[in-house]
Amino acid sequence: MTREKLLEVKNLQKHFAVGKKNTIKAVDGVSFDIFKGETFGLVGESGCGKSTTGRTIIRLYDATGGEVKFNGEDVHGRKNKSELLKFNRKMQMIFQDPSSSLNPRMTVLDIIAEGLDVHKLVKNEAERKQKVEELLESVGLNKEHATRFPHEFSGGQRQRIGIARALAVDPEFIIADEPISALDVSIQAQVVNLLKKLQKERGLTYLFIAHDLSMVKYISDRIGVMYMGNLVELAESDELYNNPIHPYTKSLLSAIPLPDPRYERARKRIAYDPTVHGTDGDFELREVVPGHFVRCTAKEFERYQNEQK
Amino acid sequence: MDKNNLKNIPKDLFVPLVRKEDTSEKISAPSRTFFQDAKRTLFSNKPAVFSMILILFIIIMSIVGPWMNNYGSDEQDLKRAKMPPRVPAFENVSWLGMNGTLSGTFQGKDVQQASAKAKARFDNKEEFIDLEVINKGDGTRNSAEVKATYRIYEAKDMKDTYFWFGSDALGRDQWTRLWEGTRVSLIIAFVAALLDLVIGVSYGGISAFYGGRVDNIMQRIAEILVGIPNLVIILLMMLVLKPGIISIVIALSITGWIGMSRIVRGEVLKLKNQEFVLASRTLGTSNGTIIRKHLVPNISGIIIINTMFSVPGAIFFEAFLSFIGLGIVPPDASLGSLIDLGFDNLRLYPYMLVFPAIVISVLMIAFNIVGDGLRDAFDPKMHK
Repeated sequence: MTREKLLEVKNLQKHFAVGKKNTIKAVDGVSFDIFKGETFGLVGESGCGKSTTGRTIIRLYDATGGEVKFNGEDVHGRKNKSELLKFNRKMQMIFQDPSSSLNPRMTVLDIIAEGLDVHKLVKNEAERKQKVEELLESVGLNKEHATRFPHEFSGGQRQRIGIARALAVDPEFIIADEPISALDVSIQAQVVNLLKKLQKERGLTYLFIAHDLSMVKYISDRIGVMYMGNLVELAESDELYNNPIHPYTKSLLSAIPLPDPRYERARKRIAYDPTVHGTDGDFELREVVPGHFVRCTAKEFERYQNEQK
Repeated sequence: MDKNNLKNIPKDLFVPLVRKEDTSEKISAPSRTFFQDAKRTLFSNKPAVFSMILILFIIIMSIVGPWMNNYGSDEQDLKRAKMPPRVPAFENVSWLGMNGTLSGTFQGKDVQQASAKAKARFDNKEEFIDLEVINKGDGTRNSAEVKATYRIYEAKDMKDTYFWFGSDALGRDQWTRLWEGTRVSLIIAFVAALLDLVIGVSYGGISAFYGGRVDNIMQRIAEILVGIPNLVIILLMMLVLKPGIISIVIALSITGWIGMSRIVRGEVLKLKNQEFVLASRTLGTSNGTIIRKHLVPNISGIIIINTMFSVPGAIFFEAFLSFIGLGIVPPDASLGSLIDLGFDNLRLYPYMLVFPAIVISVLMIAFNIVGDGLRDAFDPKMHK
């Protein structure tokens, strides 16, 4: 593939110290690339480290190890203020909980304009207001909403305000940290379609973190499956759905309900048993089929490859 | 309508419902900020409004009160000591106790003995004592009762003199001293509360915001301070420092800020991992701006409530210190030292205690009611 890499994550680690001796390895050596203009979905069960991965990439947490390169530049490590600000403009985040991601004491105008103020993107009050109104319209909100406070909006509207805030600084890359999981289903589609529309208009690249597999399949070009702080499978989204290789992915896919009673009656859930891999072995992300990576031992790798033939 | 009829409806009657973009997202409720909502709730709370008016009245009186007559707070004159309250308008209203007379009931074997006791009590000035026999008695001990009213202002030849709240044991005007004392008490309370606010908010805020080791060390220091009994620290401080307003304020603030700092720390800990703060970080906002624009506005309600509750606490503590003789030194007055003096003369001259006691009680109750009102006002669930 000759697509341009926007983000390279190499062996990213984030460990949290719990007490003096224990550490929780929330993210334990995750590597993946995200290409320009694509949507990379990151799925996995609760507590598998998806959100931590996202937050570490954007520097909300300091990485314990590994590196993140954005446009070939290292994101982590010592940086001066102006470099940091430049980076903050390129990478933005959309948060999970629309009720807590907006400051209840600020008007929508001030919330959205925060990025404009920090990066000094507007010269005067009139320009600031005009920019905010443009952003509000681009996310499908009314420009009269600028003077309102967050508690006056519904969940979907608030999430769109959050998106407008992220868009204010014209980022190239947006990390969407479960942006739809706190919304009800009819609103989920609205927000996802808005994200797709914005991607087309502005050429954005997304890292889409979620646990709703059907929604991830709908929006993502490629999907990474995480389990216990590791990436266990990575493939194009159709490939992953049609041809899951790792037993955990199979188990996840078997859990998706469909509104089809005949299918539902026949659906069997496959439980994932981590012991099938054995305790010894050199777990590594290996390319079983071109573009389809699976974390496995050398032995399993051979077996998977034989199965694919 | 049965099922068959449903199928017979012509298709062209169905028109898709078109949602208009501008009406579907419209919010009709008036836009109000949090503080506007809080103000509305507060002003619809009648006890709180009444208390605020009371507090305002006492504050104004503490400023203008001493100037309303010609006595100074330290003008001693033993000749006019312990004069009862006398107010021009109430001179003929005996039950109010402000007509400038002293009265008491005296008992004896018979009326004569009881009257003799009354005369002995009231300076032996027979012509200014009105006697009223309540019980003639039957010769046994204390069976006769006489009510005596002593027109002390006439007796002392001070017909044109009016002590509105009476005078104290050294002949100083109680009205003047009461309002000056209220002023001193309020100054101490407000300054102490302000110091609590400044130290408590910055200490708690820094401790929580930077977290980790900073938090750990700062909290251990606060715990040590809290561990020493409050009263011991204050008593020792009062011994070391020269008694007076400043030293009382210092003594009160040295431990008083800890409560505030704990509340602020808890709130900041809760807020600093909220997603709107994280969002602000990803935008590159500096720590100072995050504290100023995101944290402080969100805890301002709690800070205001806590300050309102720390004011009556400080008033009470100052009164307590003055009452046990460690606070304000004479000739300066405070509510506590006035109550202390009044307490010494409680049996014979109750008015010396009553007025400062009423003022301090009203102040404490009013501040607490206003504090309660503010707590309701800053609770979004109470907004209508």
